[in-house]
Amino acid sequence: MIPDVRAYLREGRMPHILCPGCGHGIVLGALLRALRGLQIPRQCLAVVAGIGCSSRLAGYVDACTLHTTHGRALAFATGLKLSRPELTVVVLTGDGDGLSIGGNHLIHAARRNVDLTCVLFNNAVYGMTGGQVAPTTRPGWIASTAPRGHLESALDGCALAQAAGATFVARGMAYDPLGLETLFREALGHRGFSYVEVLTDCPVYFGRYNRLGEGPELLWSQKARFTEVGRMLAEKRFVIPDGSGPPGYVEGLRFGVLHRSQRPEFTEVCWSAAKRAGGR
Amino acid sequence: MAKVRLARGNTACAYGALQAGCRFYAGYPITPSSEVAEEMASLLPRVGGVFVQMEDEMASLAACIGASLGGLRAMTATSGPGFTLMQEQLGYAALAEIPCVVVDVMRLGPSTGLPTAPAQGDVCQARWGSHGDYPMLVLSPAGVQEVFELTGRAFELADRYRTPVVVLYDEVIGHMMEPARLPSVAELAVVGTWRRPSPPVQEPYSPYAHTDGIPVPLVHFGDGVPYHVTGLVHDESGFPTTDPQAVGEMLWRLNRKLPESPAEDLEPEMYATEDAETVVVAYGISARAARAAVKLARSEGLRVGLVRPRVLWPFPRSLLEELARRVHAFVVAEMNFGQWGREVERVVCRWAEVHFVQRVDGTPLDPEAILEGIAEASRGAGSPAVAGRKA
Repeated sequence: MIPDVRAYLREGRMPHILCPGCGHGIVLGALLRALRGLQIPRQCLAVVAGIGCSSRLAGYVDACTLHTTHGRALAFATGLKLSRPELTVVVLTGDGDGLSIGGNHLIHAARRNVDLTCVLFNNAVYGMTGGQVAPTTRPGWIASTAPRGHLESALDGCALAQAAGATFVARGMAYDPLGLETLFREALGHRGFSYVEVLTDCPVYFGRYNRLGEGPELLWSQKARFTEVGRMLAEKRFVIPDGSGPPGYVEGLRFGVLHRSQRPEFTEVCWSAAKRAGGR
Repeated sequence: MAKVRLARGNTACAYGALQAGCRFYAGYPITPSSEVAEEMASLLPRVGGVFVQMEDEMASLAACIGASLGGLRAMTATSGPGFTLMQEQLGYAALAEIPCVVVDVMRLGPSTGLPTAPAQGDVCQARWGSHGDYPMLVLSPAGVQEVFELTGRAFELADRYRTPVVVLYDEVIGHMMEPARLPSVAELAVVGTWRRPSPPVQEPYSPYAHTDGIPVPLVHFGDGVPYHVTGLVHDESGFPTTDPQAVGEMLWRLNRKLPESPAEDLEPEMYATEDAETVVVAYGISARAARAAVKLARSEGLRVGLVRPRVLWPFPRSLLEELARRVHAFVVAEMNFGQWGREVERVVCRWAEVHFVQRVDGTPLDPEAILEGIAEASRGAGSPAVAGRKA
């Protein structure tokens, strides 16, 4: 039975702004179930978001929610977490918000190892502004600003986060909400900067421009495109422990928990420095 | 015990912030403001606060806003180019009504300009740098002791009006050393990790209810009542709206919440204006040269006074209008091409002549240039004096 997450939702704010077939709701559902499973009270939960479709989800979560400027959510969240270390701080960001305009903030939040859970919605497109290319759009894919196919290479957000020093890195997909919930649970329980990238879908722009169909077809194409993961799902292996999964992923994307390590956490380091310096 | 010692403006700024309870600083190095960050990095942990050097200026002010929502008084310091990058978050703080303090130590622009030279070229950027209509509170100290005092007041005003406050001074004031009465670190540390108290409220709480002036007090994230904060235009509930009536009401309230005089004791300083026929208007470092010029003019028998605003924005319109009705001419002396002077002209031109003494060459105005402007204004000469063109 699917647990009831309505306690974490502002039901009065419905209907939401997401398009029919959008995968973002599946991702939010998995996140809320993970929060419920960990029994994190909504008064102690802060959800910080940037600009874009995924960032608008913050407004539907019944918690301390901060909808900020484009790309800067992680910087706002860093200040909030330093100010209130006892809060559980989740950052919702998109691939444009978090990897393009906010790419620098992602690098440095990971480097500092601030205890934040960053959920990056990757649908390979700028949805809110009308279907332009994102840093995650792959060569040849069609977008409103790449009418004859994209000319650039795509960025691997997980590889970036890990290289920058994130101590928990995982990738999941909207096609696999149960696996996603497990990833979120682990990320929320991790002390330090955790980065969870989720493949989700945009039927209105990405699907339409690339003739990949509506929401269900796009979700199925996630499975089809990432055949190795499909096999894993069939074997009920939702999470690859410590990135040791089988090789040969199509398009070079790996799934599951890709990296896990331990380093001093930033808020703890800062406040204990204050203690050592004599501050009360 | 607070002791008089030789200190530079940027040091006094850090002490003023800490004295006012600032316990969070996030910043990015930039000349000529970096000493503020260095002082804060050294002192904040000792008084129970947190310092963090961020990756850029957007992140710096963003982190301050986040920390402020958690209840800590928060500040950043920068100079013109960094201040430009902060405009995004400055507009956010203005609309979302999150208190924070931004110190801008002005250097000559535009662009990278002259990084080590003084100017007063950020006066309009401080007022209008972000897009849209929003309230702005900008303080202008003219000496080291006043940097200490006004930085402290900035936090109080930011909290009262729930708005960003800019402390604006130039490179000379930031770097020059003067005797100033500053508290000891032990005195600053007594308070410890201080937070603004959250008022007791019940759900549903929104910090955006309409009031006639002072906004409702902020409950901090983590203090028990969840609510929503957004940079989208929102209604009284704090949630986004596109309803024209709600949008209009919110923006009217926002843009009217700051009174013309946000603090009674921060009215412009009036020097020798009682019988003045000509009034010099100057702020910051230029006001010190202007005061010397007024003294020189008085010794030559000219009836000259000085108006020195400590709050640049909101603009002291009523006071200048009232003054304009009884004086012959104004001389606005500033280190830019008329950023505050144009506003003076707009307000007083119905009643009095306006002359300009402007220098934009990386050096401070001197009393002689202002005296020349006073002499021209006293003769009733039509053409404005522009020191910069003569230099």
